[in-house]
Amino acid sequence: MTGRVSSEVRLARPRLRLLSGVALLMFIGLGVRLADLTLLSAQAMVRERPRVGSEERRQRADIVDRQGRLLATDYPKTSVFADAQAVQDPAGTAAALAKVLPGLADDLAGQLASRKRFVWVKRHITDAQQRAVIRLGLPGIDFRTEMHRIYPQRELAAHIVGYVGVENQGLAGLERSFEQRLHGPGAADGPLRLTLDLGVQEIVRDELGHAVERFQARGGSGLVLEAGSGAILAAVSLPDFDPNRVHKLTDDQQFNRNTQGAYELGSLFKVLTAAMALDAGAVRITDGYDASQPIKIHRHEIGDFHAKERWLSVPEILAFSSNIGAAKMALAVGTEGQHDYFQRLGLLAKHPIPLPEVGAPIVPRTWRPINTVTAAYGHGIAVTPLQAADAVAASICGQPRPPAYVVAENPPAARPAAVSARTAEQLRWLMWLVVAEGTGSTAKVDGYQLGGKTGSADKVQGRGYGVNKLLVSFVAAVPVAAPRYVVLVTLDEPKGTAETNFMNQGGWTAAPTVGQIVSRMGPLLSLPPDDPATEQRLRRRLITGTAMNGRLHVNEPSFKVSPDIPWDDADGGRQGCACEACSSPG
Amino acid sequence: MNVFDRTERGLLSRWWWTVDRPMLAGLLLLSIYGVVMVFASSPPVALRLGFSSWHFVIRHALFLLPAALCLFGASLLSPRGVQRLAIGLFGVAFILLVMTEFAGYETHGATRWINLGGVAIQPGEFIKPALVVLTALLLARRPGLQNALPAILLSALVAGLLLLQPAVGMALMVVALLSAQLFLAGLPWLWVASLLGGGGVAVWQAYLWFPHVAQRFDRFLDPASGDSYQVGMALRAVASAAWFGSGPGEGRLKTMIPDAHSDFVFAVVAEEFGLVACLVLLGLFAFIILRGLQRTELVSDRFTMLAAAGLLIHFGLQAFINVSVNLSLLPATGVTLPFISYGGSALCALALGMGMFLALVRKRHGTAAPP
Repeated sequence: MTGRVSSEVRLARPRLRLLSGVALLMFIGLGVRLADLTLLSAQAMVRERPRVGSEERRQRADIVDRQGRLLATDYPKTSVFADAQAVQDPAGTAAALAKVLPGLADDLAGQLASRKRFVWVKRHITDAQQRAVIRLGLPGIDFRTEMHRIYPQRELAAHIVGYVGVENQGLAGLERSFEQRLHGPGAADGPLRLTLDLGVQEIVRDELGHAVERFQARGGSGLVLEAGSGAILAAVSLPDFDPNRVHKLTDDQQFNRNTQGAYELGSLFKVLTAAMALDAGAVRITDGYDASQPIKIHRHEIGDFHAKERWLSVPEILAFSSNIGAAKMALAVGTEGQHDYFQRLGLLAKHPIPLPEVGAPIVPRTWRPINTVTAAYGHGIAVTPLQAADAVAASICGQPRPPAYVVAENPPAARPAAVSARTAEQLRWLMWLVVAEGTGSTAKVDGYQLGGKTGSADKVQGRGYGVNKLLVSFVAAVPVAAPRYVVLVTLDEPKGTAETNFMNQGGWTAAPTVGQIVSRMGPLLSLPPDDPATEQRLRRRLITGTAMNGRLHVNEPSFKVSPDIPWDDADGGRQGCACEACSSPG
Repeated sequence: MNVFDRTERGLLSRWWWTVDRPMLAGLLLLSIYGVVMVFASSPPVALRLGFSSWHFVIRHALFLLPAALCLFGASLLSPRGVQRLAIGLFGVAFILLVMTEFAGYETHGATRWINLGGVAIQPGEFIKPALVVLTALLLARRPGLQNALPAILLSALVAGLLLLQPAVGMALMVVALLSAQLFLAGLPWLWVASLLGGGGVAVWQAYLWFPHVAQRFDRFLDPASGDSYQVGMALRAVASAAWFGSGPGEGRLKTMIPDAHSDFVFAVVAEEFGLVACLVLLGLFAFIILRGLQRTELVSDRFTMLAAAGLLIHFGLQAFINVSVNLSLLPATGVTLPFISYGGSALCALALGMGMFLALVRKRHGTAAPP
């Protein structure tokens, strides 16, 4: 290099040297960092490595009953797949796998030769099978673990819980309507707690199943509500299904009778009619009607199944289940009053329970006197068992109460009281009488005072009613003096047996089923047996032996209510329905 | 025994005796290293993308031929020839860069590639070496920093086009290269300090204005704030290395790094060949850079000094930034490892750049190139 080098280039040389120094430092820095990472931090890094196969994370929130017992949960299931490009001997691999895994696809060898990067070999194998496959040591065979929804209680609450599809998406029941809560951002809130009590649910399913079998019914439904709070303790619909196996479900199995089935419930409605008429002041409990002649409206003639052909008191109308008496009570209230009362009970709209499977009631489009008459004894209006249980509970509680609900998280707001406390108390007495002396006496159980009402309705077939094809029902309140629970059972087309003298009405089939349920669930729910004094207090009002305005056959029972005992404080201050959830603060 | 006689006056003979042979050897070693590494890193990526195992290896080898020709051809040039080549290259790359804005196609959320007769080209890679020579030419035309403004405007224009793609890493590289050249052109120390400050501001602005830059920074500063999958995997690959790595073909984490064959090839080198191989690679880079700067000190005229330094710093900064990203010292940038990473555009552009560098620092006996 010569003196021709410009002064500026000469001035830049120190700066170039500075750059060299900086570059050297930078690369030394990289070398130090590299050595630190590879030799010193390596242990710490390896320790915090996440487990490969982190797809085992939870996908859906659990569903539990009121005591936290599992109804639905996620469980990992292992599947075998092959990377066909890594499989060295397709035929040999397929043969070896077939020895430890039953039921493989016939063309597995062909698929393993396809060079596809992913071929399912078998879904959902057991741990033992997985160990066997690992022991084979086949190249290209690997496992994938996925979360699957399982229902450890199987059929027990299938219609309420519902089920999920292949992609774990809710397809029915709460699994579907609470998809966001279970699978979406709400999943972090922990398990979805229901009001159901698996113990009671099991009892109801067991007893209902026995009844369906014994009476060769097509199916049935069973409901247990907390009368005051509306919480559903048990809801069973038969036939049911196992939500773990939902490939081949019949419509019958999936049908939730409690919420989807709109049925004419027959005489059960007389409880509502009596409550309506007594509350409106259209009739007093000491009054009665002439039931000796059938009612004729237009071309229709209304008669009684248990015809007495005489004047009947209000208690007798309920106890003997007189259509004529009920019709006259309803006519005394009037068409508009009946419509309003049914509306207040929530019978004219879909039940608000948040299930996807809720059916609308079938109600008369225009409400004429003939509709009033038939609706009085539960014909010409079809409601779901859930609606009916709610309506009965509202009529015998006489206090604000929420409609029946099944998810404990958000109880619905209370509806205003449907009837006065006095009317409710009279209704409870009338229902006691039905069991104590009337058509519901087959529901009697030791230890608990039941009040109830039977229902037997001819089923609609085509354009008319079928012959002796009944939808029978029984609704009960227990203990009747201050009900804690309302139980409602329906049976679809039961057939009489020798034991029931070949009778198939509600009193012979549904009522004893309810009795069995109550006698088993009482101890489970720590329901104290009734004091004999309560029975005596109830019986004190009853006057027998003197019929109203009519000739009495020999040995024929007759009931009237004593006008001497006032209603309001007769039960020693106990009023309405017990409701632990309502009274407890928070 | 030498093939060429010292007294022979032929083109090749003159080249052989004047070119910086140790540096040439360094670049050759680097290329061979690169082939081996693409062998190691690319098969899982190729299989994942549905190609045959050796897809990227074959393509990389195919790109090496034109790259070697570029390097060799450019290194034959005189300084004036380098100027002409740079001007031509800049013109073509600039037009392609503008076309990319309209006719380019998008990958990874940025439009950086353009398809020319079946060959995908990244014009941004080519314009950087050409721009460095052009700014050197502009700065050298007048003494001191009197011609700084045109150089700054030209760089700003290119940086702006790169930002549109957006290729923030490349734009920052353009700014860094210009800054280095201004520094060598005699920028007062006060200005140097304020430029360093300005660089900080520029990074901060990029953080504010470009969401993907902001994300990368956030993930870099706080790995828990988001998905830093590649960087995290690369870090684990490096950490699993120890002295000699897992052995060729035995790496496992490499199969989980989507860009294992390009931006994260260094992590694969670490996983499979270990600390020693990585230090050898770093040493090779350091040798080329230090040797190059040393040679640059020997040149006699201003243009040659500025252009050579710019080209060399481009090469060195690429290497430094890429390795830093692999070692989680810098957020992910999309800067490749020179001569090692898979990628035809970057390989050819860098070969061209280093070829021009070799041409500029060839021994000349006091003959300064006319400005």
